[in-house]
Amino acid sequence: MGSYIPSTSAQREEMLKEAGFETIDDLYRDIPDDLKVRGGLQLPEGCSELETDRIMRSLARKNVVYDSVFRGAGAYRHYIPAIVKSVVSKEEFVTAYTPYQAEISQGVLQSIFEYQTMICELTGMDVSNASVYDGATAAAEAVSMCRTPKKTKVLVSEAVHPDVLKVIRTYCWAAGDEVVTVPVCDGKTAVPDFSDPAVSCIYLQQPNFFGVIEDAKEIGAAAHEAGVKMILGMDPFAMCLLPSPAEYGADIAVGEGQPLGMPLSYGGPYLGFMAASEKMMRKLPGRIVGRTADDQGRTAYVLTLQAREQHIRREKASSNICSNEALCALTAAVYLSAMGPEGMKEAASQCYAKAHYLASELEKAGLKRRYSSDFFCEFVTECSDPEGLNAKLAEKGILGGLPVDGGILWCVTEMNTKAEMDLLVKEAAAV
Amino acid sequence: MKTLFERSVSGRRCSILPACDVPACAPEQTREKQLRLPELSETDISRHYTELAKQTFGVNDGFYPLGSCTMKYNPKINETAAGLPGFTDVHPTQDDAQGSMELLAEAEKKLCEITGMDAMTFQPAAGAHGELTGLMLIKRYHELHGNTERNVIIVPDSAHGTNPASSAMCGFKVVNIPSAPDGCVDLEKLKEACGSDTAGLMLTNPNTLGIFDKNIKEITRIVHDAGGLCYYDGANLNAVMGIVRPGDMGFDCIHLNLHKSFSTPHGGGGPGSGPVGCKSFLEPYLPDAKIVCENGKYAWQARGEESIGAMRSFHGNFLVVVKAFTYLTMLGREGVPEVARNAVLNANYLKHLLEGTYETATEGTCMHEFVLTLESLKKENGVSAMDIAKALQDCGIHPPTMYFPLNVHEALMVEPTETESKETLDNAAKAFLDVYAKALEDPEYMHHTPYNSPISRPDEVTAARHPVLRCQIDD
Repeated sequence: MGSYIPSTSAQREEMLKEAGFETIDDLYRDIPDDLKVRGGLQLPEGCSELETDRIMRSLARKNVVYDSVFRGAGAYRHYIPAIVKSVVSKEEFVTAYTPYQAEISQGVLQSIFEYQTMICELTGMDVSNASVYDGATAAAEAVSMCRTPKKTKVLVSEAVHPDVLKVIRTYCWAAGDEVVTVPVCDGKTAVPDFSDPAVSCIYLQQPNFFGVIEDAKEIGAAAHEAGVKMILGMDPFAMCLLPSPAEYGADIAVGEGQPLGMPLSYGGPYLGFMAASEKMMRKLPGRIVGRTADDQGRTAYVLTLQAREQHIRREKASSNICSNEALCALTAAVYLSAMGPEGMKEAASQCYAKAHYLASELEKAGLKRRYSSDFFCEFVTECSDPEGLNAKLAEKGILGGLPVDGGILWCVTEMNTKAEMDLLVKEAAAV
Repeated sequence: MKTLFERSVSGRRCSILPACDVPACAPEQTREKQLRLPELSETDISRHYTELAKQTFGVNDGFYPLGSCTMKYNPKINETAAGLPGFTDVHPTQDDAQGSMELLAEAEKKLCEITGMDAMTFQPAAGAHGELTGLMLIKRYHELHGNTERNVIIVPDSAHGTNPASSAMCGFKVVNIPSAPDGCVDLEKLKEACGSDTAGLMLTNPNTLGIFDKNIKEITRIVHDAGGLCYYDGANLNAVMGIVRPGDMGFDCIHLNLHKSFSTPHGGGGPGSGPVGCKSFLEPYLPDAKIVCENGKYAWQARGEESIGAMRSFHGNFLVVVKAFTYLTMLGREGVPEVARNAVLNANYLKHLLEGTYETATEGTCMHEFVLTLESLKKENGVSAMDIAKALQDCGIHPPTMYFPLNVHEALMVEPTETESKETLDNAAKAFLDVYAKALEDPEYMHHTPYNSPISRPDEVTAARHPVLRCQIDD
């Protein structure tokens, strides 16, 4: 049996006697006997570390790892500089709790403060929080920031990630809000009718689930004219090339931060980023770090604006969130530091250029692009047999795009070389 | 120390990407505002974060008896396993991720056995997220049974703030009931609160005072008789896992904090994982798809119309589950109750060493944690729980949880966990006693603690009144 209990049995015996107990079972004398587990738990025997290591490696081997990935759809493979893993593996960052004790948590607090600054710079927004669970919950939390007693309807484009729509629907059902979807025309969200005074906000994804670049500015302007807020869920690389959420007119910018240095990890941990205009600052959910001074005038960082939070406000809090994704926020900050402004712009440009190269090569091979509008790093092509094509690609060590009704949603990042893409096109042409 | 932005030098960069190997092109819509991120070398970045790490106190730095947070040691084999490329480099939509699916299916079985539940979802990303999920199961249950009038969740006044906050997000009205002096549920008050509007009760057992509520079967019976459901907040499971199961206490659904009892690290505030388990009658309402295994092949199967939907994208914080699964593989059937017994032993031993000097909020045997009250010290000497907490920092100890639970004045909540040795507890007790002696001798000294931390007490009032929430950048 593996154990992480350092006191020896002699020491435990001594401690037990000292504290006034006869046997270890006496510690549980207040628990009624008929409640206790009888005959032990039905679990396997414990293992040594070596045995455990073998078990875990054998499970990991049962997963297929592809050298070449052309799938995104909410989870993106980008290059992760070596410094990122090195920094985020530091035990102090890994094993600390939420920084309630500011005096001995300045490191983690400052790292979040720097993260908040970077999110503000990327999005162009005034204020960022310290993160939420993922892009989908960030969208759902943003929707609840817009709710008022009279405004309980939420518009959501049909072109958003299906998981994001589902999470928004689930949160809204619980809170009593109504979700109305906005139809899509040629892969793009149509400018909706904002005339219903009960509409609080619209959630739009840029680029959308199909990779298409939305006319977000137009939709934002129409929303504002009707007194409706715009929440923009945006890919962080797209922000480096396309207008920022602030430039599109977003009141709240959210998104999936996973592309910023986090591996695919079968879906998590990921990072939900959230930034808002100053007006909405006090409605933001979760932790926010602020700068102040200690009593000797030295710069100090603290968790602040806590009057919004559950441990103070209980049922009146802006959200129930407590643990967020601090280590993932740190990951994003280290990643952005390593890439720098030029590296981010270069990566974003490469995503765009390579995706356009692949799209045009696939078109020549007979896989026609489904939508006519411009796209960022993802696009949908028609394909008569998506599963068949993906099976063939898998033999070559390529994870093909995500099958979407009668087509494939492809994704290209700076990781995909021209040689890989040419191989993919050759296989596609043969199907 | 300087921020990354203050260290930035225009034109400095790391060499990360090769040149583009396809023709360049650009979108029509373009960003106007310059992108201002720090420009740094790898040396700059490495040194910056090494310095920040030095100003951060983790479990690896010393004793961390932060009550209610179960800051046990985080075994390194967990990190090794979660870092295997077979887990990290797998896309969430891959149907050939058989190892991931097998792991989740096996983790579900193990955790259901430990909690006495029938099914589980790993989608919730933290404890509070799990609470919200569990409450939605309760809401769905009542909705589908036509119980439209059931809109009240009963929460004891000693509960974590997330309980009422989660209830409110779920559209429930919260009724707080006062606890008996030992923090246990006052049965009469519970009976009064229960009625035709009761949707459910949220409870943690042992409670936040570290006492096991021995009336638990009676409590869940009262709620069930009134037509409500019972939700178990798994924050304090470390005290009783393998000893007694929430399912056997009469709870219908639960959440676990894998980042507490199951040894996954807190990461300075996440990522956590808050799987939600339930009895079979609630299973159709669970979010996310369900893993099924046919002829040795695992697959995700969508749930029916009755499911609440989705709580997060994909299947939750998978790598956190990998860590907890690794831990459970190490512990096995004997190890799980061994953890609980030693967590309780360590708490009782430390409590015993402090008694006589410190006043405890409750009498008798505690579970994995105990609560001290500094009320009389505050009254007589003006030294507060906060002063004691800050003085402990100077002794190399992370302070206990302060001012919680709310029903104890000047509270300090101490949870040593099972991964601390007798020597650590002896030394900690000495530090606690020395600090108390200093408080009696020199209250003024205490008000200005800590003296050895990177900063002294920060001005939180100014921080909230004049918020500075980002670095200023000079163009």
